Amino acid sequence: MDTFVQQLINGLTIGAIYALIALGYTMVYGILRLINFAHGDIYMVGAFVGYFLSFQLGFAAGPSLVGLSVVLVGSMIAAALVGMAIERFAYRPIRKYARMTTLITAIGVSLLIENLFVAKLGAAPRAFPQLLREQSYTLFGNAAISKSQILIFAVSVLLTLLLQWVIFKTKVGTAMRAVSFNLNSAKLMGINTDFIISFTFALGSALAAAAGVLTAQYNPQIDPLMGIITGLKAFVAAVLGGIGNIPGAVLGGLLIGIAETFVVGYGQNVGVPTTFRDAVAFAILILVLLFRPTGLLGSTVQEKV
Amino acid sequence: MLRFTAPPSRSRRQTKAQLRSSLIPLLLLATIGLTLSCAPQQRNAEDRATIKIGFFGDLSGPTFNFGQSAMNGVLMAADEINQAGGINGRKIDIVIEDDKGSPEAAAQVAGKLISNDKVVALIGAGASGNSLAAAPKAQSAQIPLIAPSSTNPAVTQAGDYIFRACFIDAFQGEVMAKFAAGTLKAKKAAIMLDFNSPYSRGLTEYFELSFAKLDGQIVIKQSYSQGDADYRGQLSAIKAAEPEVVYIPGYYGDVGLIAKQARQLGLTVPLLGADGWDAPELWELGGDSLNGSYISNHYSADDPSETIQKFARAYRQRYSNLTPDAHAALAYDALRFLAEAIQKAGTTEGPKLRDALAETKNFMGVTGIISMDRDRNAVKPAVILELQDRKYIYQETIQPETSPAVQSH
Repeated sequence: MDTFVQQLINGLTIGAIYALIALGYTMVYGILRLINFAHGDIYMVGAFVGYFLSFQLGFAAGPSLVGLSVVLVGSMIAAALVGMAIERFAYRPIRKYARMTTLITAIGVSLLIENLFVAKLGAAPRAFPQLLREQSYTLFGNAAISKSQILIFAVSVLLTLLLQWVIFKTKVGTAMRAVSFNLNSAKLMGINTDFIISFTFALGSALAAAAGVLTAQYNPQIDPLMGIITGLKAFVAAVLGGIGNIPGAVLGGLLIGIAETFVVGYGQNVGVPTTFRDAVAFAILILVLLFRPTGLLGSTVQEKV
Repeated sequence: MLRFTAPPSRSRRQTKAQLRSSLIPLLLLATIGLTLSCAPQQRNAEDRATIKIGFFGDLSGPTFNFGQSAMNGVLMAADEINQAGGINGRKIDIVIEDDKGSPEAAAQVAGKLISNDKVVALIGAGASGNSLAAAPKAQSAQIPLIAPSSTNPAVTQAGDYIFRACFIDAFQGEVMAKFAAGTLKAKKAAIMLDFNSPYSRGLTEYFELSFAKLDGQIVIKQSYSQGDADYRGQLSAIKAAEPEVVYIPGYYGDVGLIAKQARQLGLTVPLLGADGWDAPELWELGGDSLNGSYISNHYSADDPSETIQKFARAYRQRYSNLTPDAHAALAYDALRFLAEAIQKAGTTEGPKLRDALAETKNFMGVTGIISMDRDRNAVKPAVILELQDRKYIYQETIQPETSPAVQSH
């Protein structure tokens, strides 16, 4: 029982990270019908901005809550700018062409970011500074939850609620929903669609950067290719939940995280090696595409963002 | 993960271009040269020339520290030998290549060093998997290869031109099992291994074997892949099995994070490791979580012996106060006993040099007294070190009882 609770905590933690990244995939898809494959790299950019901010501002010297908040918000802002720049210079000029063109461009942007970072910073992993004084608390007898896990839960719940509020309670959110229904009609109604699309990229990228800093705090090792596999799993999470659907992305993320951890934690009892942890997400993707292509929540919810 | 194979080397492309552009003058010169020169003179010139020795290792990639340290060790040994007059009056010239930690690239650069640079012997690589990939190239060209720190038994089984400067995993696994059962009095051990690494799998096998012989029990065995970053799933399962020690025969990049996550989950028993832990980056990642862990290693820079202290002083002076780790010391020893063999053989011809290397006996190295066994493995003691506040504290030396039995895979 202790171990089960422990594995659940472990799984929910990485699931929360996948959920934060999946939100960005799903929002951009909802608005542009584009799978932004460079999104996983924004997560990596966020972690690296966090790394350099910690050293530049002197927060790497010792753990502090102020340092952590500044680094988190700083990298979210920086990543939002990077996301907007990618949209402005890579996707907007070709928006009028076939969707396949944009998809291939997205893959190109992803490779560009990765290799730019490898060329400039080298491929060797770096140790991320500790910004949070690490401590573990015991629950349910023998299961442990660490401060960085609590932080991940708290921040991801807070950001998801904030996003929900922006989309459903604000003017810009209403405009986002309008654009997701029909871009041209929204434009005819006087909505500045270019701004709304730009804003969506900014929101998604900020969430990915938050995920990047939180992960780097949790598993303090970062490298320029860290976004590839995590990004792909988050994409699977978005498809599992129903791409274009916001609660679906969160649900999908959590399910993928739990599935992965259970494969690692229990798979060996039934002869599944731990190296299958990355395979399980893609097995789920195949099953979803075969039996429920719209995803778990995709078909029931009308409203898409 | 993505692996990039090395692009064709620039120097080779340049040579080709130069060849093509200057083909005619070259042919003319060659004709004149051939008619003018006479054979004995040419022979003399070759004898006085430098001795080219190839070094390759992972100067970049996930365990780049291994390659960097080994390169430092080799270059220091080369300078010392050259300053003392070289080998039979000939200076050593080290040609360096980076294998990026990938077996494919290791085979490629070994081939390049042999056919383009015409080296007379090779030193490399770091990880066993990379040495295994490079070994067939050296074997087929009859160029001796010394792997300074590859401990997997299969490495020297690739052929009779392949040597190593270190002990093998059969011995290293046994040493840690003895320490766990003897000094730590552990009865129940867990193992956490790197699934895709021959090094890790080899050590696991020998640890299991020896620990069982000492009436110990392996309560759980979990695996991971290099670079997983999150190991909590396995560690939670290990914690539930309540072991007294956890053996983690992996490389430092993963181990640092594993130690940290284990402590966060409340797994407080001693962690045991091997020479793959030995790199400054380990502390960057693991920090205080590593305190109270033990590793088996080739030597300790804190060992008070005069040979080691002299070496450590010179190394620190040369490399801005860097402490020489085992990879530096082993590579240093590898070049020195290679130099001795060249001197004894009196030639750099492959077969004769091979014979001289195979006869290495009681060579006084920094990492112990080195003798080659019939399988070209160095027979030498191992040390157990305790990790405490960024330091390796010397615990005990365990001598090899017999020539370690070689088991094929």
